[in-house]
Amino acid sequence: MSEFSKPEVGTPLVKRGLAEMLKGGVIMDVINVEQAKIAEDAGAVAVMALERVPADIRAQGGVSRMSDPDMIDKIIEAVSIPVMAKARIGHFVEAQILESLGVDYIDESEVLSPADYVNHIDKWKFNVPFVCGATNLGEALRRITEGAAMIRSKGEAGTGDVSEAMKHIRTISGEIRALAAKSEDELYVAAKELQAPYQLVHEIARTGKLPVVMFVAGGVATPADAALMMQLGADGVFVGSGIFKSGDPVARAKAIVKATTFYNDPAVLAEVSRGLGEAMVGINVSDLPAPHRLAERGW
Amino acid sequence: MTKPVGVLILQGDFREHLQAFERLGISAIPVKRRSELDSVSGLVLPGGESTTIGKLARIFDLFDPISTAIEGGLPVFGTCAGLIMLADEITDGIVGQETFGGLDVVVQRNAFGNQLDSFEVDLPFSGIPNPVHAAFIRAPLITSVGPKARVVASLEDGRVVGVVQNNRLGISFHPEVTGEDRIHSYFYDALVCA
Repeated sequence: MSEFSKPEVGTPLVKRGLAEMLKGGVIMDVINVEQAKIAEDAGAVAVMALERVPADIRAQGGVSRMSDPDMIDKIIEAVSIPVMAKARIGHFVEAQILESLGVDYIDESEVLSPADYVNHIDKWKFNVPFVCGATNLGEALRRITEGAAMIRSKGEAGTGDVSEAMKHIRTISGEIRALAAKSEDELYVAAKELQAPYQLVHEIARTGKLPVVMFVAGGVATPADAALMMQLGADGVFVGSGIFKSGDPVARAKAIVKATTFYNDPAVLAEVSRGLGEAMVGINVSDLPAPHRLAERGW
Repeated sequence: MTKPVGVLILQGDFREHLQAFERLGISAIPVKRRSELDSVSGLVLPGGESTTIGKLARIFDLFDPISTAIEGGLPVFGTCAGLIMLADEITDGIVGQETFGGLDVVVQRNAFGNQLDSFEVDLPFSGIPNPVHAAFIRAPLITSVGPKARVVASLEDGRVVGVVQNNRLGISFHPEVTGEDRIHSYFYDALVCA
């Protein structure tokens, strides 16, 4: 009888496990090899390969889709850290293509134009793990039910305005605390109200936390923004347009990495916030007409 | 009064390591500053991104103190990225990537490929009865073992995934995410308290 078991790939444990390894880190949007190398060199824990950062998607409009496989291949080739890429909500063929390219994580993302306004991708069918956006606990639990191995609160991508990211992480954390305070017999109705499976709702009420890692995304533009999200309980941060739409991407990328680690040390935060040049210009979310709010995509 | 074990918390799955020690009833503290390094009896280097952990250690003036402490006999335990940080030599690193060193081995980063090749498996571990449950996540491999290091874990095909050298332990996989606490227990009993 061998002491070895048969190795198993694509298990929930290894899918969720990669997200565990990214904790306390910064995942940066990059659109080419040069940016990917800057991100890796700055200490990013992973990069998100995409053709247009959210700020440009917002400015240019039109339908936004999965990136060109050539571009993703080049970035996979160029860096040694994990590479993520985005598929449209519900577009399981884009996800199949990304899996075949060997990306390390797929982001089923509201930043791209949704392909299905009813269903998300059945993520259990894939060996590659998925990260999905959420604006509240019910949405996060529905994504986990569909197989998401990591959650990111949505914020409002491409704005440089952190207020929506703040709203979403506060909402999710607050709902988890409220659930943990409920008695057993109240959880059935709680599950109905959250529109999530009772078993998962029960697990969260018992443990007081999500069963997967949760990063924050959407509007993080400064070291202080990143530290703010970490102090509110984020496991890490995604920075999209905030780095490469700023005046000095190299300095800003490094500063945000440092701030994410030393998020509760104001002296370090002051030091890393110095002399970073222009932040991305940004858009106030309150000035965005409702149809242009990406966070409202997905349900 | 014995000193607690430290877990380096610059980046990665340090919380899981702290929880493993908590389950074992072993006192463990987070280490992110030089002053904290002086107050521990051993140091865990967690899983995470070795490039990130190395850079943060350098930026925040922990790099040389940790290297020196290891050289001076501080017991250390590295998992995955932590193993990379302990290797005297690495392959497939990024340009200029540095390690603390301490293990007389060559370690190859991302040796199994991308995330699709990540896996979990039970394997025997020298000094622990019955197989341990191991998760390999974009894991490194020990491709060459020098005379000072001793192999404690291998895959079924013989590839080396764990070594001990004096009071230094490095493994390719993550017992901390599988709830496999016996390796933490082994580190504490056999290497820290020895």
